Amino acid sequence: MSGDHTGQAATLAARVRHLEGLLERRGLVDPRELDRALEAYLAHASPANGARLAARAWLDEGFRGRLLADANAALPELGLSMGGGLQEQRLKVVENTEDSHNVIVCTLCSCYPIALLGPSPTWYKSEAYRSRVVRDPRGTLREFGFALDPAVRINVWDSSAESRYMVLPRRPAATANLDERALAARVTRNGLIGVAPV
Amino acid sequence: MAEAFSPGDRVRARRADPPHHTRLPRYARGAVGTVVERQGSYPLPDDRARRLPAEPEPVYTVRFTAAALFGEGDHTVTVDLWESYLRPVAEAER
Repeated sequence: MSGDHTGQAATLAARVRHLEGLLERRGLVDPRELDRALEAYLAHASPANGARLAARAWLDEGFRGRLLADANAALPELGLSMGGGLQEQRLKVVENTEDSHNVIVCTLCSCYPIALLGPSPTWYKSEAYRSRVVRDPRGTLREFGFALDPAVRINVWDSSAESRYMVLPRRPAATANLDERALAARVTRNGLIGVAPV
Repeated sequence: MAEAFSPGDRVRARRADPPHHTRLPRYARGAVGTVVERQGSYPLPDDRARRLPAEPEPVYTVRFTAAALFGEGDHTVTVDLWESYLRPVAEAER
């Protein structure tokens, strides 16, 4: 594994500032350009995007099929894309069902679909989560307060290359009367990572 | 680059522990899994990290059982692996 992302946050931030300063002084990076790119990216990166995708998929069977088959092609239907960073990233949406559950991790670093889920939570980058969820997902979920039915199979998706993953949670019970906006409000970030039910 | 593997193929992750950056997770090394999907081609990070020319190489979604990876457990782990991390599994080994 490549280091603890949590304990050294301050050191890392200092190194990034130093590096940024060096790049600016040598004229390799325009600080305003960097700020603009970061602001534009983060302004639109929010778990509300993932929540909208889930709600639409629950209500529209056709969209659900397109999202699961080719998420990058389906995202523009909701005005979303995975192209906010330096290059468009491949997105794979994995669906929870009655008998199978999905959990997302990046064991090597902290790959995460930022455009759809916003900046990742600190625990997602911790060595504890990254090392344990592949080995004992059921026990790890239990520590999140999520007691998954023992009959439900678990698949862990390790984002070890260029793809990013998002979980399509199961639609909560007794929500037949809710519209898309109300359904989206029920979806949590942790539900889209797979460490909580929705 | 033509893809060497197709969905359904059994593959073994390389055992080698290279003295440089790689995106083959340690826990998957030597394990046998099944190709689930082709992802397209991307430059090999092992080469990019060493500033070597890195031609795009196929990446596969490969599913391993927990038993194959850890010797226990009833879940599966799906890992994204570059083609050169993988070897075909001989018929006898299946």
